[in-house]
Amino acid sequence: MTLSRQEVAKVGMLARLALSDTELDTMTSELSKIVGFVSLLEKLDTTQVEPLAHPLDTQNVFRDDIPAPSLSTAEALQSAPRHDGECFLVPAVLGESGAA
Amino acid sequence: MQPAELSAIDLVNAVRQGDLSAVQCTEAFLGRIEALDGAINAFLKVDREGALRTAAGIDERRKAGKPIGALAGLPVAVKDVLCTADLPTTCASKMLEHFRPPYDADTVRRLREADAVIVGKTNMDEFAMGGSNENSAFGPVKNPWDLTRAPGGSSGGSAACVAADMAPVAIGSDTGGSIRQPAGLCGITGLKPTYGRVSRRGLIAFASSLDQIGPMARSAADCALIMETIAGHDPGDSTSLAADVPRYTELLEQPLTGVRIGRVAEHYAEGLDPEVAKGVDEAFAVFKAAGATIHDVELPHAKYGVPTYYLIAPCEASSNLARYDGAHYGHRTALKNTGGFESPLVEMYCRSRAEGFGPEVKRRIMLGTYALSAGYYDAYYAKALKVRRLIRQDYLDAFKHVDLIGGPVSATPAFKLGEKTGDPLAMYLVDLYTVATNLAGVGGISFPCGFTKSGLPLGFQLQAPPLAEPLLLRATDRFQRLTDWHLRRPKKIV
Repeated sequence: MTLSRQEVAKVGMLARLALSDTELDTMTSELSKIVGFVSLLEKLDTTQVEPLAHPLDTQNVFRDDIPAPSLSTAEALQSAPRHDGECFLVPAVLGESGAA
Repeated sequence: MQPAELSAIDLVNAVRQGDLSAVQCTEAFLGRIEALDGAINAFLKVDREGALRTAAGIDERRKAGKPIGALAGLPVAVKDVLCTADLPTTCASKMLEHFRPPYDADTVRRLREADAVIVGKTNMDEFAMGGSNENSAFGPVKNPWDLTRAPGGSSGGSAACVAADMAPVAIGSDTGGSIRQPAGLCGITGLKPTYGRVSRRGLIAFASSLDQIGPMARSAADCALIMETIAGHDPGDSTSLAADVPRYTELLEQPLTGVRIGRVAEHYAEGLDPEVAKGVDEAFAVFKAAGATIHDVELPHAKYGVPTYYLIAPCEASSNLARYDGAHYGHRTALKNTGGFESPLVEMYCRSRAEGFGPEVKRRIMLGTYALSAGYYDAYYAKALKVRRLIRQDYLDAFKHVDLIGGPVSATPAFKLGEKTGDPLAMYLVDLYTVATNLAGVGGISFPCGFTKSGLPLGFQLQAPPLAEPLLLRATDRFQRLTDWHLRRPKKIV
């Protein structure tokens, strides 16, 4: 199993990780090896098997809808990299990121 | 005997009876940390002041005749993956270096309510991803038995601090072996309870369908004591189990007569170190002498455990770790206008995450994102979920014939620091004997069953059906009444 550098770059963007050129190189070769290894599962016939997402038989958990205190604004903002006391501050959502 | 040599149960009794003050007890362990942790690096944060203040409060209440909790005065080290409102919680990542959680994890809350004394936060592989503790952004932990070797991971700091008597008890988390494997490599006892037995609220998520918190201590009896405090339903974690919490410490006495222990041929695979194999065989002999019967059982899909795990865990991780976006908490890049991104916001996301995460975390996020992406989902993630069912079915079938499954916890004793860091796949294989427990959602315990000729601990693992923690603890306790491997300590650390 071989992944192309281009494919890995696309996954990097999906994962919101800015990978350096060196990282892209090592990631391409390492991911190819790991994907090759996990492809061992192809050998198993699972056509009759249902997927299992959760290990134990669980039932939906219901509770009464009782209002309870939640985090205060100050608590929610306490570890924010930037905030104005009420909101998280982030760079512009729209518009291109121009090179300086 | 020095306080640092006493069991957790003895320490709690000594404090309750007034033979030892909570402050004396806490100081004894803080002194060990001061003397040894420079060489071991088991702690990311030691809270000397807070611990002594808590201990003094307990002593005052005791003297005044007021009630004290079930763990009053007991020093506990907590893996830095559990949120503590009064202490940093870094997950051994640059991403969370300056993060301060707004609330305590449920386990931490229960420990505090029981009057345990939290002495510090322990080192680990970044975001609990790794098997050697070398993925910590704050330097690896050294194995107290040989400082040139890895303590295992990801709960390496928790295992090492107990092995070096820097804490009588530590809390770990286990997603694919992260309690049991380091416990085995450090010669201590570590319990991974059934999925859902301990609330995951405030446990920083790695792979939510696999993560479970558990105790790490010198003995099964001490693990039983801690379980009585940390297990139980929590409305804040809807996957936590509603089943009653047994009095684990009171269920240890019953002999093992008639208990059926399975031995799995697949556990004696290529790569199993001969000294480990010998230790495991000798442990089976001890159980036999204790009245248990040994039976061959099959786990036919055992060899698919590691590849299944390394799809499911990274997929869940890539989703869970999407929350680290530089906006709400955690690291934010200082870079701007570097070009090539669709917007300044996306640039901030991508740069912050690239700077905040270490190589193994990035690798797993990439692997998970790939396996979940359009065109690959069915071939990888959905396929792994199907194999997960087969693996769980193997366990359910085996537990029709036996009460417990025994075997090695790791294929080798503690390996050298740096030995596997260049080869991610070799590192993944250290989880060979532990990942299936998490995939099946059952419980497992590991404990020392001997030593190599060169003096490194050997670990034995028992696995049990869901909620059979009382049997796991009882069997291990019986083993520890018949052997003294768990009482051995590294001779001279520094």
